Amino acid sequence: MSRIGVFICHCGENIGATVDCEKVAAAAAKIPGVVHSVDYKYMCSDPGQNMIKEAIREKNLTGVVVGACSPRMHEPTFRRACEEAGLNPFLCEMANIREHCSWVHEKGDPTTEKAIDLVRVIVEKVRRNKPLVPIKVPVTKTALVLGGGIAGIQAALDIANAGHKVIMVERSPSIGGHMSQLSETFPTLDCSQCILTPRMVEVARHANITLHTYSEIESIEGFIGNFKVKIRKKARSIDMKACTGCGLCSQKCPTRKIPSEFDAGLGTRPAIYVPFPQAVPNKPVIDRLNCTYYLKGKCRLCEKVCPTQAIRFDQEDEIVEADIGAVVLATGFEIKHGDFFPEYGFGKFKDVIDGMQFERLASASGPTLGEIRRPSDGKKPETVVFIACAGSRDPAKGIEYCSKICCMYTAKHAMLYRHKVHGGNAYIFYMDIRAGGKMYEEFVRRAIEEDGVKYVRGRVSRVYEREGKLIVQGADTLLGAQPVEIEADMVVLATAAVANDGAEELAQKMHVSYDAHKFFAEAHPKLKPVETNTAGIFLAGACQAPKDIPESVAQASGAASKVGALFSQDELTREPVIAVVNRSAPPLYSTCVGCFLCQAACPYQAIEREEIRTRDGKLIKTVAKVNPGLCQGCGTCVAVCRTKAIDLQGFSNEQVFAEVMALLDRSEPDAGI
Amino acid sequence: MSTDAHHDKATASLAGAILEQTGVPVDKCYQCGKCSAGCPLAADMDYPPSLILRMLQAGGPELEEKVLRSYTIWVCLTCETCYSRCPMEIDIPVMMDYLRHESLRLGMTSPRAKDIIRFHRSFLDSIKYTGRLYEVGLVVDYKARSMHLLQDVKLAPKMYFKGKLNLIPETIKGLPLIRRIFSRSSKAGGEDAR
Repeated sequence: MSRIGVFICHCGENIGATVDCEKVAAAAAKIPGVVHSVDYKYMCSDPGQNMIKEAIREKNLTGVVVGACSPRMHEPTFRRACEEAGLNPFLCEMANIREHCSWVHEKGDPTTEKAIDLVRVIVEKVRRNKPLVPIKVPVTKTALVLGGGIAGIQAALDIANAGHKVIMVERSPSIGGHMSQLSETFPTLDCSQCILTPRMVEVARHANITLHTYSEIESIEGFIGNFKVKIRKKARSIDMKACTGCGLCSQKCPTRKIPSEFDAGLGTRPAIYVPFPQAVPNKPVIDRLNCTYYLKGKCRLCEKVCPTQAIRFDQEDEIVEADIGAVVLATGFEIKHGDFFPEYGFGKFKDVIDGMQFERLASASGPTLGEIRRPSDGKKPETVVFIACAGSRDPAKGIEYCSKICCMYTAKHAMLYRHKVHGGNAYIFYMDIRAGGKMYEEFVRRAIEEDGVKYVRGRVSRVYEREGKLIVQGADTLLGAQPVEIEADMVVLATAAVANDGAEELAQKMHVSYDAHKFFAEAHPKLKPVETNTAGIFLAGACQAPKDIPESVAQASGAASKVGALFSQDELTREPVIAVVNRSAPPLYSTCVGCFLCQAACPYQAIEREEIRTRDGKLIKTVAKVNPGLCQGCGTCVAVCRTKAIDLQGFSNEQVFAEVMALLDRSEPDAGI
Repeated sequence: MSTDAHHDKATASLAGAILEQTGVPVDKCYQCGKCSAGCPLAADMDYPPSLILRMLQAGGPELEEKVLRSYTIWVCLTCETCYSRCPMEIDIPVMMDYLRHESLRLGMTSPRAKDIIRFHRSFLDSIKYTGRLYEVGLVVDYKARSMHLLQDVKLAPKMYFKGKLNLIPETIKGLPLIRRIFSRSSKAGGEDAR
């Protein structure tokens, strides 16, 4: 016979003002099997918890029902209290008489009646609860960092420096990401590559980091602490061990006119190339889509000139498998390409470029060696117009958000231009100047006051060509929207920051949620900024939302510390709310008939096959078995099982039906349903 | 339309001249509008002070002429409310002073400001000849210049009996020094402010 204790909480006025808690407690006391029933102002307080503990000890309770708030609030509190009093914590349940009752109904008898019903239902459930033991799962102390930009680099180094193994996977031939393309960084104007490349080298040399460049994730399965990942190492057509990185192949390659990705299309590269001089690893890759040999079957010049015979035309993609315990997603962002804005003439006029192209023009490693020369004729532009919010904050174009980084980089661009082209005119058309950040506002003021950058408040309506000049047509809204027309030699569009190509597929592969713009979603916008909804997968950098370098680095370190915390234990403890396939005495062994409908239905690949054999190894039957590490307790298998062989611990069919029956079996004669 | 209007920070812009002559940095203004919000005379101006600053920032002959022909620069009382509240510490009154001077020099004064300018001149004459304000002289001089002969005439007896109107002007000791200030500043300004 069960001995159940019922504890009704007033939650101050939250429940007490609407529900007659005393009456609920009194009604609960009459339920068969309830041996103790009280109400109290704050059950979650120390005295409240002590009431539960004392009752468990004195009345030798076999189950506890707390009629209070949602179990999401205080279930851990009350279960811990029960555990401290010697009761298995899974014998304690909560009846939600606040969110499900007092908060959503008026004060009155029907509300109190409903609270009584809710308590009665849970009493019926608890009567059938079984003691459960939390599941322990081992943790593989290796982290996978996806993406080798500044966020990935920071996360990888932090995790590796904490003593854990890291596997870094980067899609392009070199790590470094967008930061390696930048000229100088706001607000200090220090050279981007100078501060980044030492970190890149550190990643390559770190004993705890395994680097896979030119690689992508093929598949990932498993769960927190126990993921299995398959990495596709794309064929580089180079023997990485034999190659010394001498660069002779790139020098001799006859196909030279391929637009360079690194120079944002402003420069060219050969078909066998190293993306940029400080690339890590500094070994070339053959671009098979453009290589003459792959296209026409002839050439192989690189093979002939290679002093170490490192060229491998027949190399194939390689799949590497690894066991990992946590993932940091740091796949970064992309900028929206300018053709998004036909009215600004991107693609039509050579001298209308985007922000990344300007970075390459201003960079000492860029196609002009850091001189500002316009793409069309290589002349120094005397007047440059920068257009902020080119795509951002534009619901009509589908991007309603602020890209956050453009105000600052545009100020920096105009400033760099004024430093490099003396007497040049720099105009910035803007809607607002968003310079929140340490030394950011000061930086913008410096651009205006010291470097003479002209800010004009207003969105540019269009850019067109007239007598060799780009005419920028805008208005100065601070002068009563007076029309402004500037004859420019070059126009730079601060295009919106958008999610990376393939972000959606990756998110689906990783079981991570993402927003309408395909940025990965954090678990809580304020309190869980680096976690995702999938345990063990963390976020860093601009794959979550547009971010500048300091923010990306901070988030990456945050993600790394979460990984470190996860790896600080050898085992993880999980709630035992999982599905179990029943086992019974011979000759049945299990009611499972081995149809494996459950296996197809399970979204977590948690159903395995188990062969039941006699002692001499003869197969009796094959039944389903649930992997407790993989099972998330969703219950889909329970619903599809034809023979009711599967049950969910803590939410068994018996328990749920008992709850429903308790509602139908109201003993009061006036209980019409 | 100001095609090349925005271009001339380096060349001779009015904003550049203001910076050079008075040290007031027009470029510092970030258009918060606090000066216009607090200006006791903004309602009587054709352009509020912050707009004058923006017009100077944008620059160009058209806008600069608008500034110099504006009524605003004459309505400004130099009360310094704007300056004392400006977050960027831009000395707008000094700038206004310079703009009035330029407006006079270039013959661009606002027609609406005629009486104000007449009053300024009468006032300065009084200082020039007596070294201090000679009320009766000021009133007579102003009325002669403006031909507003009957304006405020009813106030005269009251003021006289309260001792506010001395018929005989008082002079100060250092009158030659005052004269020298006038002659020097009129030379520096290129044209006599009278």
